Amino acid sequence: MVDLTRTYDVLVIGGGNAALCAAVTAREAGASVLLLESAPKPFRGGNSRHTRNFRGMHAAPTKVLTGSYLEDEYWDDLKRVTGGNTDEPLARMTIRVSAEMTPWMEACGVRFQPALSGTLSLSRTNAFFLGGGKALLNAYYATAARLGVDILYDAEVTSLHVDDGFVRSAEITYRGFPARVSARCVVAAAGGFQANLDWMRQYWGDAVDNFVIRGTPYAKGKVLKTLLDQGVAAIGDPTQFHAVALDARSPQFDGGISTRLDSVPFSIVVNRDGVRFYDEGEDVWPKRYAIWGRLIAQQPGQIAYSICDSRAFSLFMPSVYPAIKADSIGELAHKMGLDAATVETTVAAYNAAVQPGRFDSSGLDECRTEGLSPPKTHWARRIEEGPFYGYPLRPGITFTYLGVKVNENARVLMADGKPSANLFASGEIMAGNILGRGYLAGFGMTIGTVFGRIAGREAARHARN
Amino acid sequence: MLTDTPLSEAMADARHNMEICNACRYCEGFCAVFPAMQRRREFSTADLDHLASLCHGCQGCFYACQYAPPHPWGINVPQAFAEVRAESYAAHAWPQPMGVVFARNGTLVSLLTAGIVTLVLILAGAMQSSDVMLAPHSGPGAFFAVISYNVMVFTASAAFLYALLAMVLSTASFWRASGGRFRPIHFARALHDAMTLKNLGGGGDGCNYPGEGFSFSRRWLHHAMAYGFLLCFAATAVATIFHHGFGWIAPYAPLSLPVILGTVGGVLMLIGTSGLLWLKILADPAPAARAVLGGEYALLILLATVAKTGLLLLVLRGTGAMGWLLALHLGFVLALFLALPYSKFIHGLFRTAALVRDHGER
Repeated sequence: MVDLTRTYDVLVIGGGNAALCAAVTAREAGASVLLLESAPKPFRGGNSRHTRNFRGMHAAPTKVLTGSYLEDEYWDDLKRVTGGNTDEPLARMTIRVSAEMTPWMEACGVRFQPALSGTLSLSRTNAFFLGGGKALLNAYYATAARLGVDILYDAEVTSLHVDDGFVRSAEITYRGFPARVSARCVVAAAGGFQANLDWMRQYWGDAVDNFVIRGTPYAKGKVLKTLLDQGVAAIGDPTQFHAVALDARSPQFDGGISTRLDSVPFSIVVNRDGVRFYDEGEDVWPKRYAIWGRLIAQQPGQIAYSICDSRAFSLFMPSVYPAIKADSIGELAHKMGLDAATVETTVAAYNAAVQPGRFDSSGLDECRTEGLSPPKTHWARRIEEGPFYGYPLRPGITFTYLGVKVNENARVLMADGKPSANLFASGEIMAGNILGRGYLAGFGMTIGTVFGRIAGREAARHARN
Repeated sequence: MLTDTPLSEAMADARHNMEICNACRYCEGFCAVFPAMQRRREFSTADLDHLASLCHGCQGCFYACQYAPPHPWGINVPQAFAEVRAESYAAHAWPQPMGVVFARNGTLVSLLTAGIVTLVLILAGAMQSSDVMLAPHSGPGAFFAVISYNVMVFTASAAFLYALLAMVLSTASFWRASGGRFRPIHFARALHDAMTLKNLGGGGDGCNYPGEGFSFSRRWLHHAMAYGFLLCFAATAVATIFHHGFGWIAPYAPLSLPVILGTVGGVLMLIGTSGLLWLKILADPAPAARAVLGGEYALLILLATVAKTGLLLLVLRGTGAMGWLLALHLGFVLALFLALPYSKFIHGLFRTAALVRDHGER
């Protein structure tokens, strides 16, 4: 039985990867630890439940990573995707520490796949969890329980009482009942606010009703909000989020990885008005899938439709919902609720603009359009061999960039630049310090693991001094 | 080609599972099922039959699944496939009308056993005077003093040959339905996987049994049961050779080959079946298919009873209890043979066939 009147050394708020890494590390260092997860047990783990891999620096092949991936290459990748919207010292520190993580993860029971044969060939840069993120979380929760971390599910922190940079207590709702918890140190690892549609609505208006939240419905951003309201320094553009294109038929929350659609490069994509709006073949899909969420969010009604023919159908990963299928473009448009004549005109104009060339689904090829606006610069083949297939697409929000500012010890900084006396942060709630824009596969788990470990270590050290 | 016939609930559920799994693929490192799934884009009933038999029910994918209940998608691959397997066994049973026994397998295997054992006891009592049944017998031919050699051999051979024929024809029907080319090398690899239960390895740390933690207990217990069964079978084969080849008549000495094989085999079977029963009782009900549990319990208990009565017979064979014990043991053995093609036992053949097909696809 957990005693909520007791003053713990370390209170960890959150139940995902970053929270568990902090809790286990603090407990290993001898601190008493209470972890509060707002979700019920079956849905524990925040967005980590839907993750799959960890991006790790390594100088030589390891059991779980091929080749080498050194600091400068890793940093270049990060600089490119963020457009410089990062903090170089923090980022380089994260990259260097990532090299030491996998043995500790394995000691906690996390298991990796020996090599990957899947969709994205990332086995050089990314270590894949055997069974995915939920299996990783199961291992961490089992380790935390074995070490004696007190874990409460259905325990949502509604506000923190911050006094001149010092967290005095936390107000929580545990199984629906209010309670107050106090601890010597606090680690905030409660994620972003992408599941808080009212907060998102402040920036996006009613378009949010057409957004799909890919991950946990429990990322309400309450901890983030209470901290920002009490003088904690913010980082990251509050209006921005990472979004991909996914099946419009997906559930509003928690559809995870399965709902994504990889059809775009081998299709044309039209909006609600039946017209194209962006080059579908700009680059290989792993480099482009993350911009399509944004592109669709900017279209009327936040919806788009991918259309291909039977030659293209087997070139992309199977979809979780069956494709809409028809024997003619007009019939397909009709089935998708689009104006058949407009879509037929769009397809005809596209087909007329397709140039002959060598087709190669595995890399940038020579198939492109001429005189079409917007152009399709690769994989452009005429859409002519029925049956024809279509998918409705919506923006799927992965995470928000707004967070709390931290230093290299995971200590939260106040708006005046001074570090908090006893508040630390890890995971998505502070990822914006390093990943201020864009996306790098598996890097969110790296930030969560590295900063979770640092936050746990520092919080335990501070609490026991 | 997908068939147009309406899908059974189990098939529809398995297809729902596979369509979501194939868009996720996080479980590809667990076992043979997921790579086999990834070779397909659509799932016909034949595909689902094949994948279901390929599944060893290790439950690793269930605990790792982000879509497991209470997620609204309710993904539960071990449960969905266990239900499909029960339908496969029924669909390919020989003779075909016997397929219905898989719908109430626990009850029917138990009733068959009770009926056969009762019949054997009645016949033993009717064919032999109670003086002979209750008297201690010793020396060569002691068993045959109770039940005549011809009756014993004829009944056992007929039952065994029938079981073998029914199982081979069932498996052949299963093989044909899902297609595939048979190559000896694929058979050799499949046999290796089956004999080592490679797919109960769960990616290196074993399967999730009885709960979320990883353990090799189920694999070792299954090995004890299966190899124990094979040793008992070997004991019978050696005894047959002794009888016909050398004219050495049972019962054999405690340190003779048939008795050693049978004793070790019986003890292993008893350990394996008891352990598997215990695991089943402890097991998390969430990934289990309730409808098939009865049949699994029935076969495990039948195997355990065969082992127990056999060992008891060995211990008490010099006493007056031998006569009725022998009849009891042979009754259970006969029931086991007759039940084999219509019980969970058939999974071993279907799974090996699925493994052969899987190696052929790789």
